[in-house]
Amino acid sequence: MSSNEIASDLSPLNGLWKAFASLKLTIVLLLTLAATSIIGTLIPQNESPVAYVQAFGEFGYRLFTLLGVFDMYHSWWFRCLILLLTANIIVCSIDRLQLTWKIIFVRRPNFNIDRFRRLKRHEEFTAEITTDRLKDVYPSIVARWFRYHRVEDTDNKGFAIYGESGRLTRLGVYIVHFSVVLLLIGGLIGSIFGFDGFVNIPEGETAQTIQLRNSPQKLQLDFEVRCDDFDVTFYDTGAPKEFRSSLTILKQGKAVYQKDIIVNDPLEYEGIRFFQASYGSLPPHEVMLNFTSKATGMIYNQKAAIGKEIEIPENLGTFTLKQFTRAANFRGQNIGEAFIGILTPPGGYPVEVTLPLRFPRFDRMRKGEVVIVIADHVPRYYTGLQVSRDPGVWVVYTGFILMIIGIYVTFFMSHKQVCVEIIADGKKSRIRVAGTANKNKTGMENKVITLSEKLAETERSAKSEG
Amino acid sequence: MSNSDILSIVTFVYGLAGALYIIDWVFKKPVSGKLATWVAALGFIGNTAGILMRWVESYRLGIGHAPFSNLYESLVFFAWTIILIYLFIERKFGNRIIGAFSTPIACLAMAYASLKPGITSDIQPLIPALKSNWLIAHVIACFIGYAAFAIAFGISAMYLMKRVQDEEKVVWLDFAKPITVFLFVALFSRVLLVGNWALSVLTALPICLVFYAGVFMVRRMPSDTKTRLLEKFPEPRFLDELGYQMVLFGFLFLSVGIITGAVWANSAWGRYWGWDPKETWSLITWFVYATVLHARMMRGWRGQRIAYLSMVGFAAVLFTYFGVNLLPGLHSYGAFSQ
Repeated sequence: MSSNEIASDLSPLNGLWKAFASLKLTIVLLLTLAATSIIGTLIPQNESPVAYVQAFGEFGYRLFTLLGVFDMYHSWWFRCLILLLTANIIVCSIDRLQLTWKIIFVRRPNFNIDRFRRLKRHEEFTAEITTDRLKDVYPSIVARWFRYHRVEDTDNKGFAIYGESGRLTRLGVYIVHFSVVLLLIGGLIGSIFGFDGFVNIPEGETAQTIQLRNSPQKLQLDFEVRCDDFDVTFYDTGAPKEFRSSLTILKQGKAVYQKDIIVNDPLEYEGIRFFQASYGSLPPHEVMLNFTSKATGMIYNQKAAIGKEIEIPENLGTFTLKQFTRAANFRGQNIGEAFIGILTPPGGYPVEVTLPLRFPRFDRMRKGEVVIVIADHVPRYYTGLQVSRDPGVWVVYTGFILMIIGIYVTFFMSHKQVCVEIIADGKKSRIRVAGTANKNKTGMENKVITLSEKLAETERSAKSEG
Repeated sequence: MSNSDILSIVTFVYGLAGALYIIDWVFKKPVSGKLATWVAALGFIGNTAGILMRWVESYRLGIGHAPFSNLYESLVFFAWTIILIYLFIERKFGNRIIGAFSTPIACLAMAYASLKPGITSDIQPLIPALKSNWLIAHVIACFIGYAAFAIAFGISAMYLMKRVQDEEKVVWLDFAKPITVFLFVALFSRVLLVGNWALSVLTALPICLVFYAGVFMVRRMPSDTKTRLLEKFPEPRFLDELGYQMVLFGFLFLSVGIITGAVWANSAWGRYWGWDPKETWSLITWFVYATVLHARMMRGWRGQRIAYLSMVGFAAVLFTYFGVNLLPGLHSYGAFSQ
């Protein structure tokens, strides 16, 4: 096989590589991602199909479903864009790193004196002492400013001090790109090996299955979670102050771990985290009822539970709590949470009695032989927990840290090189300071000026000493 | 005097500083510029005092928290950061014309915070989701980023004024520009000022008319007046470079802001990223500025194109900040109370 054939074998791959190494592609992808991401913020994501049909009509609903607009950040085309960007980042980085690798990793940095001589921006001054004496004092000054320095004799009976720092900062941009890839890998790990779901647990009860989000499936945990207590407190303004659930983890019926969780402070057990997400009220198990006899005016207190018949004193009949309702109806009006009970007077027909929690004296209006009032009830809550497991989170966090470091290094640090050339001029010496940097050229110019001033000052004091 | 009284006064102080910077620029009165610096510094002290008083006050009310918890407080901090960065730039580069383009932004932010109905200046207790140590880091990082982008926006505007006449003419830009300007103004008047779209288009019309009347008048100006106005502007190269430096600075802090927000979301809701509209819009902003950086660093874009891109970036910032309140999502505490 001739070398030509190999080249033509590789050329499609080569072409692909070149296409992905293009910065035009980066710009197009970044702007496309920015523009398409807007869609998902305008159209609410993952709503019920009914709501979508109502908003967009039957045809619009079908079209948008086909295009994945209702879950666009997980749609095939959005994932494709992200994949393309990732390939672009990786290929570009490898492509460029091949070139810069040789610059970055050298044992002995290479300095080309002509490059420094050609620089227009430089500082120059004349010293009244010989070059030999300067050779003793100057290198240490350059060393103070630059991590690496070297002294070399030059062709014109003088010498040059080269200084350099920040060679590794050229790697900054690759750190940023690597961090982006880490974020995506972390996200991928999370979506494959992690899960995200929720569970509602009434106070005092135990749960073991989790409802997964955006999926009809349930997940069985290999331990149980008990909600011992839930509390919600409010500020005077009515805004919520704290949601707190006391949770206990049970393994084979034995309590193994206990923690109170609040928002921003979850419980973690075996890599699964439980977050305080929501809460709601449940019908109370028991209420304290007040029976007022119309005939005698006497008040009798009695505890009542749903379905249990109570004998009312003074032979006023029996009463049974039938059910609890969130929205009781009175003449077409919603009167809120209420208990419905059945009152059976002796020898009479049973009557349905509504006992709203909000209006304690409501039953007076019935004008019966006995007035029933809810004297007290203990509110019962369920806690809404967000349950998730994400083994990719540490990869993502590593990506976060690397990204911040990388951006800082890329933007605000640079690879600087300086050349202090000392040219013999009889008993005098001429000193020329020039420097370059791959970024922040103005900063480097200022550094050259200050270094030159420092050198001149040292020369003056060296002269006065001897 | 309460903290919100002091902050209302600061609004006027910033306005005065802006006016003095403009007088210095237009009428060439350096005295006015020097005075402006002192006035801006005074406003900055008042602004700082107002923020600190809110902090102390919240502890006195028994609901102690850092004053970065609602729209009012974030706007006040936004203005504070703009002035801080501007005063730094002025000190470093000694050019006061940039002040004519940045102090008014701070004044507008403060005025908007104080005057817009629905933005309460009350110190509110923290809802459970906000009770986190990440709150301070997240808000500070985001607003340093936003402020840097705001100043980059002002500098881009200066660049375009200085440079626009002697750069090549692009025909489609002449049509695209007025339409884009109109759409942006309509969008932002909907987001910032009025309650429905029809009204926002109506308010956008006079705003655009005034803007283009201004542009027209500048075009008709005798050329020596024009040169006189632009003469003290820094060199286009300097403006281009400074605007770019601001974008770099803003990008670092925007990244830190998004990251701290993600870490916080993970501790509050069990996920570091959920494509909530605010998160998504901050990412959109990040994409736009990432484009600016790559186009400039790697493809050598300079001048006009970078200036326009960085203005689009700032529009994304504004939408992240205000516009998201029109959309459903979790960041409701940064919203207007309606």
